[in-house]
Amino acid sequence: MASYIKVENLDFFYGDFQALHNINLEIEPKKITALIGPSGCGKSTFIRTLNRMNDLIDGTRVHGKIILDGKSILKNEIDVVELRKRVGMVFQKPNPFPKSIYENVIYGPKRHGIRNKSQLDQLVEQSLKNVALWDEVKDRLNESALALSGGQQQRLCIARSLAMKPDVLLMDEPTSALDPISTLRIEELVQQLKEQYTIVIVTHNMQQAARISDITAFFLNGELIEYGQTEYIFTKPCDQRTEDYITGRFG
Amino acid sequence: MTRYNYQNALDELEKEILKMGSLVEEQINLAVTSLAKQDLELARKVVDQDDIIDSLELEIEEKILKLIATQQPMAKDLRRIAAGFKIITDLERIGDNAVDIAKTTLRIGNEPLIKPLIDIPRMAEITQNMLREALDAYINEDVKLAETLAAKDDIVDSLHAQIIRELLTYMFENPRNINQGTHLMFVSRYLERIADHATNLGENVIYMVTAERKDLNE
Amino acid sequence: MSPEGINNIKRRNITNTVFHGLLFLSTLIGIMFLIVLIAQILIKGLGWLDWDFITNFPSRFPKKAGIKSALVGTIWVISFTALFSFPLGVGTAIYLEEYSKKSWYNRLLQINISNLAGVPSIVYGMLGLAVFVKLFNFERSILSASLTLTLLILPVIIVASQEALKSVPNSLKEGSYALGMSKWQTITGVVLPFALPGILTGTILALSRAIGEAAPLIMVGAFGYVAFLPKGPMDYFTTLPIQIFNWTSRPQSEFQNIAAAGIIVLLILLLSANAVAIILRNKYQKRI
Repeated sequence: MASYIKVENLDFFYGDFQALHNINLEIEPKKITALIGPSGCGKSTFIRTLNRMNDLIDGTRVHGKIILDGKSILKNEIDVVELRKRVGMVFQKPNPFPKSIYENVIYGPKRHGIRNKSQLDQLVEQSLKNVALWDEVKDRLNESALALSGGQQQRLCIARSLAMKPDVLLMDEPTSALDPISTLRIEELVQQLKEQYTIVIVTHNMQQAARISDITAFFLNGELIEYGQTEYIFTKPCDQRTEDYITGRFG
Repeated sequence: MTRYNYQNALDELEKEILKMGSLVEEQINLAVTSLAKQDLELARKVVDQDDIIDSLELEIEEKILKLIATQQPMAKDLRRIAAGFKIITDLERIGDNAVDIAKTTLRIGNEPLIKPLIDIPRMAEITQNMLREALDAYINEDVKLAETLAAKDDIVDSLHAQIIRELLTYMFENPRNINQGTHLMFVSRYLERIADHATNLGENVIYMVTAERKDLNE
Repeated sequence: MSPEGINNIKRRNITNTVFHGLLFLSTLIGIMFLIVLIAQILIKGLGWLDWDFITNFPSRFPKKAGIKSALVGTIWVISFTALFSFPLGVGTAIYLEEYSKKSWYNRLLQINISNLAGVPSIVYGMLGLAVFVKLFNFERSILSASLTLTLLILPVIIVASQEALKSVPNSLKEGSYALGMSKWQTITGVVLPFALPGILTGTILALSRAIGEAAPLIMVGAFGYVAFLPKGPMDYFTTLPIQIFNWTSRPQSEFQNIAAAGIIVLLILLLSANAVAIILRNKYQKRI
């Protein structure tokens, strides 16, 4: 089930530095929402608040509300482990575990209690098929995941997230470390995945946001400047700063 | 398939252009028929239908802009989209010319024709064919077909010259023919312009496929 | 280019060559001494090295003397040392790297551990004597010796394990957390498997240092002459370095030679330990 996320008056601090200022945003199910903006604009910080990855960093504070399918996820009593099962994340650099391809996919499910071998086998096949990797690796599932190419590794990381059966998939610049062909394959994949998931993708690559996303949000200096349908953001943005950024006349 | 959505959007765009083309072609047909049969009703219909073509043009234009903004078309895709942009402009002009012909019907439709129309419908038929072939060439990326348009344009040009000469003789004979004769001259001129636009389409197709500029209108 | 520039390059080239030579020379000096030392030991000891030497107990007669009790004692002591030091060291490293917050006492702890690695081994010997032999009344036993050596190499294992844990890429940990893993699941699932080769290498190198130690064991009270095999951790013992030390302090020149033979055995032991470390590391690195 794809989730609906509502962000209300979100502020975020690293120590004394305020990285996000009063963000209000709705993230729709079965759509790709792209977050764009220059380096240090807060888009990565923002995406990491959605599965509370920032909790891992000492000295961070967050105010405001993030509501996932009607439930506030920033409260202390929320089980972060449970949240991260529902909100998967794919990172900038492919980070497969130094284990076999098979072990990578079942890493999460196995530790969350699925022990049945045939169930795990099925999960591996299904997850790898979902990311169009099955045919490439089905004969060498027990080989090290690090022997795969960068693009394959990233697809494996997506498969690893999908094996947890999440509702939301967060992607933090998932193609910035990949070559153009691998990038294209990931883009295709993301577009297919949106049929089932809510997808939020941070990208440095404006063209990528334009190509694949339905909704685009433009961040600048920790503020959400503008968000709306991608085709409108890229043909007739409302804010001059958005226009400057997407036309490359920035700074 | 790679870039499934993009490819879809390109195909969609082509369909829309084709739809606009067949609408325009129909307009030429109806306009000339209304003139030959002196059917004012039909002429009015042509004038009204032009709005559909105009809004279709804007719609396609919007789509093209979105495609360029979001999909960054390159190389042949880019030429295809750029050609599309020019093609819809030509199609819209052709539509305007059809309206001009229909308006002529409205002006002279109540008076008997100075002669039965033979060459003008023939010319209209040829230009319609040219338009159809230009669009076929666009869809099928058929350079050879596009190149044949030059020869057809020559036929239209000579028909135009012939019609002018003929109408001039009618006007010399009887000054009362001058009003209608002038209008018919314009109709001939509109059709000749339509053929020129169709030839332009052909040039754009050639550029799209080969990336080379070729003048078919010499 | 100006003539000064060319001169400059010439001068720099000369400087470069000179330093290249000097550095090579210093390397050469170290290696030369090592070669001379080893050669001397081999010349002296090889003739005395045979199967009887390994299987005989020590004796007053050089021809009959062997290292059986010392070798077995060494294995006992090192096994117990490994048993104590590995879990303690790795556990401490995990606590310091993964759990402890950055506070002044943790920094103090860290600095102390690093300093302990540099404390002379004789000091540990005195500590072992005071604490294990006397206070805990473990007497002059294998247990006392193992515990003393554990203290000696613990800082080394901790620091080496910490380095290994630090080398685990943050992206792997994040990947695990993002899959809804708890801290402990992340440590056992990703961090330890990745750090294990480094931890093992550090541990084995530390243990091989312990194998070669004589001073603290003398303090704890190893015997120079043991004519039986230990049956348990509370038994008396001797070890190779002690045995060698004992022989070298005898006046007869034959004993100098069997000491050299003993050194050869010790060297073989150390080199094989290092080889095991390298093999283990390579094996796990390949699996990664």
